[in-house]
Amino acid sequence: MNETRLPPPAEKVRRVTNLDIAIIASVIAILVFIYYRVEHVLVYNWNWGLIFEYVIRIDEATGDILPNLFLKGVAMTLRLAFWGTLIAAVIGIVMGLCRVSNNLFLKIGSRLYVELIRNIPPVVFIFVFYFFISSQIIPLLGLDNIEKTFSPTTLAVMRVLFGPTELFTNFLAGLICLAVFEGAYITEIVRAGIQAIGKGQWEAARAIGLSRYHVLRDVIMPQALKTILPPLAGQFITLVKDSSIVSLISVQELTFLTQDVSNTTTHFFEAWIVTAALYFMMCFPLAVLFQRFERSGMGMQKH
Amino acid sequence: MTELSSTTDSNADRKELLKFNGVGKWYGNFCALWDINLTVHKGERVVVCGPSGSGKSTMIRCVNLLESYEAGEILIDGSPIKNDPKSMQVIRRRVGMVFQNFNLFPHVTVLQNLMLGPIRNLKVSKKEAEETAMHYLEKVRIAEQAKKYPSQLSGGQQQRVAIARSLCMHPEAMLFDEPTSALDPEMISGVLDIMVELAEGGMTMMVVTHEMGFAKQVADTMVFMDHGEIVEVAPPAEFFTKPKSDRTELFLSQILQH
Ligand SMILES: Nc1ncnc2c1ncn2[C@@H]1O[C@H](COP(=O)(O)OP(=O)(O)OP(=O)(O)O)[C@@H](O)[C@H]1O
Ligand SMILES: [Mg+2]
Repeated sequence: MNETRLPPPAEKVRRVTNLDIAIIASVIAILVFIYYRVEHVLVYNWNWGLIFEYVIRIDEATGDILPNLFLKGVAMTLRLAFWGTLIAAVIGIVMGLCRVSNNLFLKIGSRLYVELIRNIPPVVFIFVFYFFISSQIIPLLGLDNIEKTFSPTTLAVMRVLFGPTELFTNFLAGLICLAVFEGAYITEIVRAGIQAIGKGQWEAARAIGLSRYHVLRDVIMPQALKTILPPLAGQFITLVKDSSIVSLISVQELTFLTQDVSNTTTHFFEAWIVTAALYFMMCFPLAVLFQRFERSGMGMQKH
Repeated sequence: MTELSSTTDSNADRKELLKFNGVGKWYGNFCALWDINLTVHKGERVVVCGPSGSGKSTMIRCVNLLESYEAGEILIDGSPIKNDPKSMQVIRRRVGMVFQNFNLFPHVTVLQNLMLGPIRNLKVSKKEAEETAMHYLEKVRIAEQAKKYPSQLSGGQQQRVAIARSLCMHPEAMLFDEPTSALDPEMISGVLDIMVELAEGGMTMMVVTHEMGFAKQVADTMVFMDHGEIVEVAPPAEFFTKPKSDRTELFLSQILQH
């Protein structure tokens, strides 16, 4: 091969077209209009300072800077998202395997689970399921008032991991709801990932005498994972956002606490704008991060 | 030619390794296999041919239970092959299979492709599995590619790896389902050479192929299938010169034109 045969240098096209100008102009017009409405028609008395006190507050006695309701909400949302994803991933993988199983009972059971959740509004699901969990499952597992049985060190760790101990049962109920809900979507991601692997791989693996477990573990799942991880990462971001629905059952995460703030201060706009910004700040970096990973092949060796 | 047919005659005193007893298979109402009776002796090379859709793949895939069948039974060493998970693992260890599309595992190296079966099914150590793998990679003349991934190999090389992967299980018999059909013409001979060597080494083989040159060279027995039935079983000398059935004759005239 001739080494001097380089491709022509790529031409960078970065011209501003008329369309660009039109778009920029309309965006500016819309912003000006909104500003006008808010300032002169709505006559809204902005008070950002008050709201920011709910983000961080300075302790009057000690002078320490402490997180206030918003940041506590963020912490709780992140806890929900983290544990929720872990549990939902476990549910999703188990149920996903059931979806492709040969066993009719497992197949029907997992299908039923997915279809039930996908065809009920999340809000309705949360109310129905919350009632079921908090009144049946948690007492059944002996998890109500569990915090009273822990030593102080355990409690300190638990506080970091699961939030305020007095709200532990409540958090757990919300977490299970969220995980069961998101698990259905992850189930479908896992199923699609497994089914994307060609029949030939199953057959070759079976033909060298691998058991069903090892076929899945050594041959199918490692390949399926490549298909599964990108949508799974997307689902994680969705979960951060969806976690706001557990505010309905009084889990004290960001959305719930924002309702608190906006009710006590009556500065709805500021409160919700701050919350929107906080959600964005949680989700957007994740989205960028996952895109990076995806481009580098999820950090997995290709060859 | 005379030498080849004499091999078939000597089947009488060879051990029966595989035996199809009235095997039948249906896809719904469609009969894919009907009353298959065939005996494969130890060391015998059976070449199966027939038109597309005649059930060749289905028949050999019944042996290692990649397909289930509704009627009849298949015996190995005189005992019926059962279809519970444990017996399936045993039969797949005893009978290897090579596919048309190689079906190597793309996410691991060539070497790991070969080591997986022995480690999981034969429960040998990593070291032993690696030694076996390298031994067979040398046999298929591809040892220098051991650390590569399948996608970095040509089709012919991949198929040789697939053959080596089967051999690593030390099978008593090998099934080949059109092993050269997916290959570029210049790759075919490399794979066929390996198969000839295997045959000369005494391996019991059932080969579905349209490579009639290969068939004439190594087959002890030719099997012709059509519409899910075995139409003719004959030593190659007879099969190619004076087939008993008109359907065989028609098929051969079509295939040998090329
Ligand atoms: N999963 C299936 N469902 C329904 N019919 C099937 C299925 N698999 C195979 N068949 C039918 O069974 C018949 C035999 O198929 P088989 O693959 O064994 O043929 P073959 O002789 O190997 O053909 P080819 O030379 O094209 O590979 C075909 O008519 C095919 O259409
Ligand atoms: Mg076929």
